[in-house]
Amino acid sequence: MSYIKPKFRHPRLPINTLGYTVADYDGAISTLCAGCGHDSISAAIRNACFLSSIPPHRIAKLSGIGCSSKMPTYFMGRSHGFNSVHGRMPSVATGASLANRELTYIGVSGDGDTASIGIGQFVHLVRRNVNMTYIVANNGCYGLTKGQVSATADLGTVSKYGTANQFEGIDIASLALLQGASLVARSFSGDKEQLEPLIRGAMAHKGFAFIDVVSPCVTFNNHAGSTRSYTETREHLDAMPLDFVPMREEIRTHYAAGTGQNVTLHDGSVIHLHKTGTDYRTNDRVAALNALQAAQEEDRILTGLLFLDPNSQDLNRNLNLATRPLNELGKNELCPGSRVLNSINEGLR
Amino acid sequence: MREINGVNNFVVKFANVNGTGSASANHLFAKAIFRMGIPVSPRNIFPSNIQGLPTWYEVRVSSKGYLGRRGGVDLMVCVNPQSMEQDIASIDPGGYFLYDSTKPLAQHLRRDDIHFFSIPLTEMCMREFDNPRLRQLLRNVVYVGALAALLNLKFSILKDLLNDQFKRKQELISSNVHALEMGYQFATENFDCPLPIRLEQGGDVAPHIRESEHILMNGNTAAALGAIYGGATVAAWYPITPSTSVIDAFSTYAERLRIDAGSGKRNYAIVQAEDELSAMGMVVGASWNGARAFTATSGPGLSLMSEFLGLAYFAEVPVVLINVQRSGPSTGMPTRSQQSDILAAAYASHGDTKQVLVFPATPRECFDMTVESFHLAEQLQTPVIMMSDLDLGMNDWMSPALEWDDDSTMDRGKVLDAEALDKAEDWGRYRDVDGDGICYRTLPGTHPDKGAFFTRGSSKDPFAVYSESGEDYVQNVDRLLRKFETAKNLVPAPKTHRPIEVKKPKTKLKLGALFFGTSASPAYEAVEMLADEGYPIDTMRIRAFPFHHELDQFIHDRDLVFVIEQNRDGQMRRLIINECEIPPGKLMPVLNYSGTPITARNIARKIRETLKTKSADVVALHPEKA
Repeated sequence: MSYIKPKFRHPRLPINTLGYTVADYDGAISTLCAGCGHDSISAAIRNACFLSSIPPHRIAKLSGIGCSSKMPTYFMGRSHGFNSVHGRMPSVATGASLANRELTYIGVSGDGDTASIGIGQFVHLVRRNVNMTYIVANNGCYGLTKGQVSATADLGTVSKYGTANQFEGIDIASLALLQGASLVARSFSGDKEQLEPLIRGAMAHKGFAFIDVVSPCVTFNNHAGSTRSYTETREHLDAMPLDFVPMREEIRTHYAAGTGQNVTLHDGSVIHLHKTGTDYRTNDRVAALNALQAAQEEDRILTGLLFLDPNSQDLNRNLNLATRPLNELGKNELCPGSRVLNSINEGLR
Repeated sequence: MREINGVNNFVVKFANVNGTGSASANHLFAKAIFRMGIPVSPRNIFPSNIQGLPTWYEVRVSSKGYLGRRGGVDLMVCVNPQSMEQDIASIDPGGYFLYDSTKPLAQHLRRDDIHFFSIPLTEMCMREFDNPRLRQLLRNVVYVGALAALLNLKFSILKDLLNDQFKRKQELISSNVHALEMGYQFATENFDCPLPIRLEQGGDVAPHIRESEHILMNGNTAAALGAIYGGATVAAWYPITPSTSVIDAFSTYAERLRIDAGSGKRNYAIVQAEDELSAMGMVVGASWNGARAFTATSGPGLSLMSEFLGLAYFAEVPVVLINVQRSGPSTGMPTRSQQSDILAAAYASHGDTKQVLVFPATPRECFDMTVESFHLAEQLQTPVIMMSDLDLGMNDWMSPALEWDDDSTMDRGKVLDAEALDKAEDWGRYRDVDGDGICYRTLPGTHPDKGAFFTRGSSKDPFAVYSESGEDYVQNVDRLLRKFETAKNLVPAPKTHRPIEVKKPKTKLKLGALFFGTSASPAYEAVEMLADEGYPIDTMRIRAFPFHHELDQFIHDRDLVFVIEQNRDGQMRRLIINECEIPPGKLMPVLNYSGTPITARNIARKIRETLKTKSADVVALHPEKA
């Protein structure tokens, strides 16, 4: 890193319930291209953790390989991070969450990382319902290797090199819905108002929370002919606005009854969906799939909370895992001792 | 006609069809011999198939306690017409052939230098039992009854074992005992019992067997127990023969021994992953987060895990991998044994890597070394691979009883807790403060503002900050070498024995033999055979990689050293040549890679031949000895 962030903080910077300022959730300075959508996502994650008052050191950040997977360096320097193997973050996150069920796990991946080599691990992570937030910074192309189309790129989208994509794109939000993800959302890196509350909701959710974030690549996929440029995305966006109300906090009055929908999460916090003219319900998986499909047919990008099952059984519950984190258990809990071993010997004579 | 003799010394082989329940009947036979206090080693030689193909089961009885394969067959029990021709041909002259005579034996299969015993097994079972499945299963029990008479096997022990096996299912006990009696009675009425090969309880048995407690157990179960005692809490795996039973056994023991008394919840997690890539990823994630985690796999799985093993080596995350080797490459012979993953494991991953390996030779060592692997992995913050094989993992071995010291502690290695972090000055994840190459780790969630760092597979500086500086890179990988050097003193040391005294040696050469794992027992036996012939050979059993300094010395002090192993390319020999400063010509490969475990006779024959043909070369190598 060639730059050092200034340590100076304004004395009147707002603090959260833990006494931290948002700067306490900062990471290193980003080395991504200026204007990269990913930096907005980093900022949204940072803000969401600050607003939700999660102690930075109780968060674990995990990623795979690629531009997206560099992101965890650029937020929350007080959290442990793991930049693992291409497409294999899901398994590392699964193991980590089994070892200590008490931390908040944020996985950051990209479309190259999740939808190509990682697609196998991704669907298995979804079906295991690992308690974590999984964010894909989806730009439809490979940045670090200079602009090749990725598996999520739309059919016909034109690459930096002028060729049209010949293959169908994989819609990872639909895939997550199909595999039974308990929270599925889509957002846009430029829509902070929607993305931040979504991330907060995802972190409060007990189970696997998936957010696919359209995040334009300014360097390799922001030209005319690309379906994933800033201009194209903004023009085709159908955003469902929402807010997040943490548990025990009163729902503020301007969300008057009848103007939207409140979805209560497992821990008592609420995601408030603003009234949009449609009567979209977040508890209907089939409707969510249909809505995504319909939007795609009309060349629109539907964003917002698409599906939520607040009472799903996560992996820890399915495995009937002890309440105490496994990494805290010591010899007394783990080692049965010589008496038991002698009786085992006895059975082998 | 010659008759093979042997009290408490013989080889019985069973030829069956797989899926007919023969393995449990054959196991009953072997276990009864074990209960008589006579050293026995059973081996299942089975196809990669569920039903209908030929399968063999070899039981070796050895008063001296040699548990490897001897080679040759003294008594063949044949209930499989598919393989009968080759089975008859494989019997040593003067040996015995017991077969199901429900269908008459083809005349051309007869040999006049072996003894034939015919029992109409199928016919007897058709007559006595109504249930078709029972007829098939009990046919195997009838021949065990006949063997009891022929070999002087204690009948009451067989009955005890059936009682143990079927517990309260009285119906099954009585039908099985009836089948045993049918066979026993037929043999006593029709044959001259017992045979010159036979068992004698309290007879001539090696003192080291007689005087210590032994158990009959397979290596995979022992490794699973090692994982329980070693404090493993996360097991992630993908089914693959021959390692599957490691996790099966871990699951069985964990259900019994790892349930939290208060809540009834599990103090462990087992995840059947979607593949070996994921299994290893989960282990890496769990270990990074401070749990003791492991996986078990075999050849193809090891290949798939190599990428993650490289990450764990470079990012310094503890990993325990139990690799139960089978015949490769690719699918190879998936149900046959080999020691052929040595190089793939030692250098697993691209780039400069060296992985820590341990080589167990008995179930007792599978237990001890699994426990040790968890300590080593955390002490050294690196993967530790336990190199078992199908022969050790899936077969029952007579082994010294497992022992546990209740005062032993779980060594979690250099991990800083919140208090230590408060005191630590200038902490850096990859700073070699102690000079042993091992740095101080922190776990996620430990301290509000100290000790957080980024774990990554890319190069970094001592403070875990991403770095592409050549200096940082070199410093880091050189430190990893230093750590590997430290490992030499922590891993299990090699074993040497007092050499067997040879009165009139036929050679002036100083000879040695190196071996490991399941090659050990037949190697010791071969060395004794050769000592009787006038060739004194010193032995060293390798138990870990990195190699101990004693290994260099052992080779240095000898003119010629045989490296006995079970693969085509002499992989251990190559690893030694690669890692030790020794003239390669000193190391002579003694190999078996047929998929069936190496035999003592085979080893002895190859060494004998080498000594005859190669001694001239050796003399040229060491002119002062000429």
